[in-house]
Order: sequence, then structure tokens, then C-alpha cells
Amino acid sequence: MKGIIGKKLGMTQIFTEGGKIVPVTVVEAGPCTVTQVKTVEKEGYGAVQLGFGEVRERKASKPQLGHFAGRGLQPLKHLVEIRVDDPEAYQVGQEVTVSVFSQGERVDVIGRSKGKGFAGVIKRHGFGGGPGSHGAHFHRAPGSVGACATPSRVFKGSRMPGRMGGERVTALNLEVVDVKPERNVLLLRGSVPGPNGGLLVIRESVKGRKKRGRKAHVLT
Amino acid sequence: MQKTDLVESEYLRDDIPDFRPGDTVKVHVRVVEGNRERIQVFQGVVIARKGGGTRETFTVRKVSFGVGVERTFPLHSPIISGIEVVSQGRVRRAKLYYLRDRVGKAARIKEKRRI
Repeated sequence: MKGIIGKKLGMTQIFTEGGKIVPVTVVEAGPCTVTQVKTVEKEGYGAVQLGFGEVRERKASKPQLGHFAGRGLQPLKHLVEIRVDDPEAYQVGQEVTVSVFSQGERVDVIGRSKGKGFAGVIKRHGFGGGPGSHGAHFHRAPGSVGACATPSRVFKGSRMPGRMGGERVTALNLEVVDVKPERNVLLLRGSVPGPNGGLLVIRESVKGRKKRGRKAHVLT
Repeated sequence: MQKTDLVESEYLRDDIPDFRPGDTVKVHVRVVEGNRERIQVFQGVVIARKGGGTRETFTVRKVSFGVGVERTFPLHSPIISGIEVVSQGRVRRAKLYYLRDRVGKAARIKEKRRI
């Protein structure tokens, strides 16, 4: 599995050659540095730790500084681990750029969704709500939650109002519309989680991988 | 400047002539029929230009057999093979939606006088 760390720049739209409009998210990704390689022998699983974004030495904590200094690297702002099957193919200090992805490929994008604050059940869980007028007094409330004699309590895990957003969200199977290595930019079809400027992890699609595997099996 | 502008600028067309609402234009549109492609001309008055960047669109209005027809084109779309400015009109607003309520002589637009 390959991956890269990036920043969401915003959305726009571009045209295909046939004149169709494609909505795209512009992501500035990489160049990332491999800061640690984890192998099955040493850590028990194969993974690559990638670093992205400059950070002043004063802003990094001492353990972080030690982590980078021990490997002869400049301190980096964000560290993300990506599982790989072949950790031996990577070396500490190696650069990962957007050119690992190509046009037409499918990717998953992991981000932190926009915080919605304390949200009611209509926004948070998609409840229907009541009529807006015609004498109704029931508008956006959650309705009955525990009944009377039975069960006479509220079940655990009932969908209630509360904090919404600000959590890890993965957008699956997005198409890479274009790759611009000279600007470290990826164009992904559709929307991705989080605000403009938010941190994203872009990795090879888990769904696409499975499908390709099946196809190969049928062919042989 | 928006951060996506740099990326957008690569998709903008630079062969579009300068035209404004009130101008009469001929829009050459690529029409694909099956596997054949031909060019269709849509001539009329530009009644609006909207949006910016790759999202910019313009609306052309013409009266065809007594029926008003309006088409909105994305300005930077590759389906437009060319735009010709036939005449420039003198108008006092950016959106000429009032033309929809006018017929015949009242729907004329004064031509811009060249100095």
C-alpha cells in the first residue's frame, strides 16, 4: 500500500475533453520524508512512517527532536504511519512525492471532519422531525426515548443530540483526476473530509485493491 | 488569491474574445451525433455573464420562430469551438433579463458607437 500526507487546498471544477464538468478537490501532497521503517522482524508488522511539513526546531518537543536527530533528519510537523507489505523497499530519508499516484487511480482519503458543535438529532442522525406549521408543536425534538412503564428507561446507545464532527473520516474510492508533480498537487474527484487547509492522508484504495486481486484470479 | 486559482488557471482558455452583456455573438458549439462531430452556430444577444474562474458562464438569448431561446454556456468549456462578436451593444446594466419581457422593436439594443 502506498500513501502520502497532504493538505486540502479547496474545491473547483475542471472540464474533460468531451466538455463534461468534473468537480475536484485540490490537495497539496508531499513531498514527504520516510522517517522510520517498521519491519515484521523488529516491530511485528510492516509499516512506513512518513513526515510532512516544516516545523521550527523550537516548536518540536525534545522526544520528537531526538526521533529526527537520531536519523539525521530535519524536524517535521506531521508524522503518519502507513502499513506496507514490503517495508524493505523503503529507506529512512527517502522522499515520497505525488508521482507515486497516477491519473485514473483510486484512492482513499482520511481527514478530520469539520466540527459542527452541539448538534440536534435532525442534523446529527437524520431524524425526520415534525411539521413546521399547521398547529404543530413538535418541530425538531427527538421524540419519545424511553416510553412509560416498559421499558421505563432509555436504552444505552440511543441516538441523541450531542457533539458532531471533528472526527476521523475516510472517503473511500476517490478517482485521481490529475497529478501535477511540478506543484505537488493532486486533483481528486469529489469532496474530501475536513476544512480547507486540513491535514489529509491519501492512500491507495482498499476497495480497488481487492477488486484488482479478484480480477487477476479470474484471468489465471 | 485563492489557493486553487493556480491549478484552475491551467484549465482556462485564452482564445476567448472580449465580450460583454449586450453584445451580439455567434457561438460555435461542437455537437456530437453518434461518432460524428459537427459545429452548430448559436447567434444571439449575451444577456448575462456569471461566475469566475473555470465556473464562468454566459447566457445567449435569441428569438427563434417567435419563441425566445436562451442557452447558457460554460465559458471555458471545450464544447465551444469559437466565439465571434458580431456587434457590440450599448446597455446600462450587467444582466439584461428585462429583454425576456419585451418583444419586437422594444427588445432591440442600441449599437455601441465607436469613437
